[in-house]
Amino acid sequence: MTDYRPPIQDIAFTLEHVVGYDRLAELPVFEHADLETTVGILQEAGEFMAKVVAPANRDGDVIGAVRNPDGTVTTPESFREAYAKLLESGFLSVPFPEEFDGGGFPWVVGLAIQELLQTSSLAFALGPLLTHGAIDALLHYGSDEQKKTYLPKMVTGEWMGSMNLTEPQAGTDVGALTTKAVKNDDGTYSITGNKIFITYGEHDFTEQIAHLVLARVPGAPEGTKGISCFIVPKYLLDEDGEPGERNSYQCTGVEHKLGIHGSPTCSMSYEGATGYLIGEENIGMRIMFVMMNSARLSVGMQGLAVAMRGYQQSLEYAKQRVQGQTVTGEASIVGHPDVRRMLMTQKAYTTALRRLLLLNAVNIDLANHHPDEAVRTRASEVVGLLTPISKSWGTDLGVELSSMGLQIHGGMGFIEETGAAQHWRDSRITPIYEGTNGVQAADLVGRKMPVRQGQSFLEFLGEMREVLPELEAAGGDLAAIGGKVAAAIDLLEKVTGWMLRTGASGDVASVLAGSVAYQSQWGETIGGWLMAKSALAASKLDDAAQAEEQLALAKYYATHLLPKTAGLAGQATAGAGDLFALAADRL
Amino acid sequence: MRIAVLIKQVPDTWGERKLDLATGRLDRDASDRIIDEIGERALEVALQARDAKTADEVVVVTMGPAPAAEAVKKGLSMGADSGIHISDDALAGSDTWTTAEALAGALREGGFDLVIAGNESTDGRGGVVPAMVAELLGLPLLAELDEVTIGAGEVSGSRGVDDAILTVSAPLPALVSITERTPEPRFPNLRGIMGAKKKPVAGQDSSAVGVEGGAAGPGAHSVVTATAERPPRSAGTIVEDDGTAAAQLAEFLAKNRLI
Ligand SMILES: Cc1cc2nc3c(=O)[nH]c(=O)nc-3n(C[C@H](O)[C@H](O)[C@H](O)COP(=O)(O)OP(=O)(O)OC[C@H]3O[C@@H](n4cnc5c(N)ncnc54)[C@H](O)[C@@H]3O)c2cc1C
Repeated sequence: MTDYRPPIQDIAFTLEHVVGYDRLAELPVFEHADLETTVGILQEAGEFMAKVVAPANRDGDVIGAVRNPDGTVTTPESFREAYAKLLESGFLSVPFPEEFDGGGFPWVVGLAIQELLQTSSLAFALGPLLTHGAIDALLHYGSDEQKKTYLPKMVTGEWMGSMNLTEPQAGTDVGALTTKAVKNDDGTYSITGNKIFITYGEHDFTEQIAHLVLARVPGAPEGTKGISCFIVPKYLLDEDGEPGERNSYQCTGVEHKLGIHGSPTCSMSYEGATGYLIGEENIGMRIMFVMMNSARLSVGMQGLAVAMRGYQQSLEYAKQRVQGQTVTGEASIVGHPDVRRMLMTQKAYTTALRRLLLLNAVNIDLANHHPDEAVRTRASEVVGLLTPISKSWGTDLGVELSSMGLQIHGGMGFIEETGAAQHWRDSRITPIYEGTNGVQAADLVGRKMPVRQGQSFLEFLGEMREVLPELEAAGGDLAAIGGKVAAAIDLLEKVTGWMLRTGASGDVASVLAGSVAYQSQWGETIGGWLMAKSALAASKLDDAAQAEEQLALAKYYATHLLPKTAGLAGQATAGAGDLFALAADRL
Repeated sequence: MRIAVLIKQVPDTWGERKLDLATGRLDRDASDRIIDEIGERALEVALQARDAKTADEVVVVTMGPAPAAEAVKKGLSMGADSGIHISDDALAGSDTWTTAEALAGALREGGFDLVIAGNESTDGRGGVVPAMVAELLGLPLLAELDEVTIGAGEVSGSRGVDDAILTVSAPLPALVSITERTPEPRFPNLRGIMGAKKKPVAGQDSSAVGVEGGAAGPGAHSVVTATAERPPRSAGTIVEDDGTAAAQLAEFLAKNRLI
């Protein structure tokens, strides 16, 4: 039995009416990916995930991934079984090129499938998520030989990948890593060093694992400019391309963690392991940036996923739990205004977040595939803007909303038996890895905002405003929502102006001090904008129930959630002075 | 060998299932529609026979309004080679007999060696359609099989009864109905879903399957005399323990004929 109900209808609505899936479906490369086919796949994928993967999530938490004395790692049996079935289903291959046995669908379809997979089990889905990152790196920088050898098997999921960046002294500061790569006579490299926190660094889902490892060649420049990227397969390949001799590295430990117990977090010790250089020496960071856009978006999706699972579960609970007289007269606690507030907040935020993430992915597809260079360039700027917001706002909401799901359960939420606590514990890593949310904010203001002296950001605000006249013309509730969204966009423009001026004046500390609040303000405002767009789109359909639902959610968002942006604006522009008013030794 | 599998679209058991009180018919918009799982299992039995090369072709057959096309598509995604969809406004609200007549009409000219159906649907739960179809087609019926073996000229299987297991067989052509004990149905994979788009589905109306629609209509065989909303659940009885709770409980159970 499963308790997960995939929100296929809302995904389909979002693709068709909110994020402009038709802009992709009309491209010749995606001729076979018409909306109907896509939704058909999502329906089947949703049913599959709900029935096969979702029931294993609890095992992941309770049994977890366990390291054996010989260095192998055993995952729960239900995880292994689910992976074998997932492999057979072909759903993993959907967004990759047909040339490498992929389904040739847009990335946005892959991301929608990720929602279904991740909501079923965050810990389980991390393996495919990181494999995706490794595939992206190889697609862009691998040699033809490497692509031919690794991609078809990684695309189907027969082989998995992992990403080895972190070392004890090199977390956020990747440039501090010291793992060494020394070139051998045959052109391969010998990799030596210790990595920590490597997700799915060792496991029993697949026989072969293709690790992507960052290391330095002798004499490489300091910092990030001296990093190279290598493929280190668990088993060296024999002449037929089949796994042969075991490579020289070990998984020396598996961490004991707050959440995602089913996902093995490994310490890796490379002892002269054979590695194959990807691209050239010293371009490792460039390769990492390629995979980062999709991986950061995927982690943002984890936020939505864990919030959704928590929402569905707390809603069921709230409908059953009887406690006191309610103001609506409903028998269960759903009739209490505060419980209703939490349920509406969960529903409105998850709905808004789904729209942001899918919009982000559509722009990745446009940037990669649109025939018009101007469209590609602009889409790529939009991806630059949206990705840190998707990652940080998505994962912040994941933690906030799964905590709310727990709160709705009352005392039972704190008791492990209900499973509500698992979602909250699982959610907590997501604002940390794949670049902490603080680092996302630094990226937003430091790297993305300066694009064309801020014009990229300001143009996006203009694009958001395009929907306003139509909302106003619609009158009634839609016009009222439009008015609130317009005010939020104006405020964001003001704060963006402050950020640009403050940055130009050289006060970097103040820009960074306000960056996290500024980043949240972007998320909250985009959410309101997309909900308003949804309500408008639904009002034009011949579907009264949908129109009513989208309007109610947009209205709730605009009146109850959007006001937060005023507080965030104040925080974003407060400067750095007060932060450092007390010396560190007086903190 | 050609196998036909009878499938049916039903309301999702997760959702709330409702009757339209005016007509006494199922309110199909009240919940999500899915292919009945027992039908998926019947299809699985057929697909395994095709995987084993015993059967050459598997055709899914359904009767239902336009949206039932999704059930056919799902069957094709799982691996069936083609589909037959009987759909006609004149057939709306058909009872089991009319349904059986329509299905038999669609099967009659198909040249099927074997017809496989689920033992009963999760919505109507009549459990009689397979027998009626077998009767109309003059086929031997192996009903309620927990396990099915399909051979060259014969189908056999076993059926659990209260204190024994019956082993039964019939020469082909024949009709088999299966229970939930048969293997779990497979999931459609990506290749199957993409391939389903190109597979043929034959639409048939009431005249094509030789069933009279019209004024007398399908309802003629059985008549719904009354419908009523399910009564709301009443509050439970609370027994206060004043020293006689045990006696009160026993009395309650006896009064309701529970002991
Ligand atoms: C469960 C788990 C799985 C992981 N999986 C992987 C994996 O598969 N592969 C891999 O390579 N790594 C992985 N990691 C590592 C993860 O990406 C790092 O933990 C993360 O990047 C943060 O690095 P750190 O832990 O060293 O923290 P630190 O970098 O020490 O950060 C400490 C604090 O300082 C802040 N900070 C640091 N630098 C800055 C800055 N420049 N500006 C503003 N704030 C800053 C951070 O935001 C944070 O709040 C995983 C970690 C965990 C816990």
